[in-house]
Amino acid sequence: MNSQPIPDSDAHVRLDRVEMAYGNRPVLRGVSCAFPTGAISVVLGGSGSGKSTILKLIGGLLRAQAGRVLVGQRDITSLKESQLYQVRRRLGMMFQNGALLDSLSVLENLAFPLREHSHLSREEIQARVHERLFAVGLQDVDDLMPRELSGGMVKRVALARALMQDPEILLVDEPFSGLDPLSTKLIEALLVRINRTLGMTMIVVSHHIPSTMRMADHVVLLLPGCVVQGVPSTLRDSEDVRVRRFLTEDTDTSDQILAHTQDFEAGEHKPQRRGGA
Amino acid sequence: MARLIRRLGRRVGRMVEELGRLAEFTGHIVTVTMRPPLRIREFVDEVFKTGVLSILIIGISGMAVGMVLGLQGYTTLVRFGAENSLGAVVGLSLIREMGPVLTALLTTGRAGSAITAEIGAMKATEQLDGLRMMAVDPVDYVIRPKAWAMVVSMPLLSALFIVTGIAGGYVVGVDLMGIDSGTFLSSLENAVDFRDDVAGSIIKSVIFGTLVGLISTYRGYTAAPTSAGVSAATTSTVVIGSVSVLIFDYFITALWGV
Repeated sequence: MNSQPIPDSDAHVRLDRVEMAYGNRPVLRGVSCAFPTGAISVVLGGSGSGKSTILKLIGGLLRAQAGRVLVGQRDITSLKESQLYQVRRRLGMMFQNGALLDSLSVLENLAFPLREHSHLSREEIQARVHERLFAVGLQDVDDLMPRELSGGMVKRVALARALMQDPEILLVDEPFSGLDPLSTKLIEALLVRINRTLGMTMIVVSHHIPSTMRMADHVVLLLPGCVVQGVPSTLRDSEDVRVRRFLTEDTDTSDQILAHTQDFEAGEHKPQRRGGA
Repeated sequence: MARLIRRLGRRVGRMVEELGRLAEFTGHIVTVTMRPPLRIREFVDEVFKTGVLSILIIGISGMAVGMVLGLQGYTTLVRFGAENSLGAVVGLSLIREMGPVLTALLTTGRAGSAITAEIGAMKATEQLDGLRMMAVDPVDYVIRPKAWAMVVSMPLLSALFIVTGIAGGYVVGVDLMGIDSGTFLSSLENAVDFRDDVAGSIIKSVIFGTLVGLISTYRGYTAAPTSAGVSAATTSTVVIGSVSVLIFDYFITALWGV
């Protein structure tokens, strides 16, 4: 099921009938979805539904076993690794745990992509680093090593590093995981501000429903056997009860939650109910 | 019986597949080596970690092995009245065999395992994927400096092992057992041929350095991204690295007489 498909001309990134499995465990089965240009798209889904896999497929870190992954108008599934590096120059990725190089200081981590790919002088690079750090609300952290940073600071430094090369597309993996409510709101505000000021396409994978529903322009919801996509307000009023349950704040009792979880169990993994009460 | 053959076949198949991947990995390192930038800073950092930080263990081990060789050599040679040849025995044993081999084994345990663990941990914490997403090839930035540092450090460490070993043999032979200093040194000088012994020893340790550098980086690069995966890869570096060094040592000696 593909509710509210995005027209080809509006999509910056598109997945077309993508199949992906880890060993014998299928993760994505014929998934098609699109991410509109300049918008914040949020990918939602249960654990193991393949949300992070989608980000890795877009970044070319994983190869789709079938189907196409279009970044811009280019199908990246058939590209060689050396060609993928050209595509990645237009992408930025904020990893769930930062993925900062732990042998380099914060300044060196942020300067790294510019040192590798630009001819800017040391002073110019330093100025750009400070500009980006300021944009994510950090100052005087140049000489700190990644191990000396708090969880929220790691996320912000990782976000700043992902922005260093002014990417056209920013991939964000679980930006709110492991953060306290205040840091969550801060990161949420940062992502929205960056999107509004720099106008880049953002694809965010998250479990955090309230934040993602506030910030999303477009939602891709991975449900067992189907993908539902559209604007948050429409999806919230969806006729599909599974979509509504996923997107609405939970005020259910434990017994009700227990009953609902059956709806989200993947078809083939669903326990067979035997006869009798 | 059929099952045994099938199992053996599968295992051999996996081994050939693994060797193919290692060859591809080696080709990748060679390719990135020929491309700029040279990454001098990263290379020097790695030579420090692999080479300079191994100086103490190599120096102490070389001295201990040289002293044991001096003692064993003296007690054996004195039976035949040939104790004046102690310098030659100690020198040739260290230069031709013990220097390169023991240095390679010690370096595999000390630096090789550290390289595997570091690369494996970088993989487990997505740092290698982070590099890829910044359009930087991890084989270029992480693997290349480490592998080359091992190739360069190994002959230097081996030379250190040999020098401290000869010093250890000298102390035991001359100072403890009372052999004449001039006799010890002239026997050493007369026995050692630069082309056959010294150059051969250097070639041997360069080959061992290449072997250990490749195995340790490959194991880290292909480690499962979990703590158990990194631990297994580190163990495998020490085991496979050490066994390969010993096997290659036999073939180099047998084929080239080094």
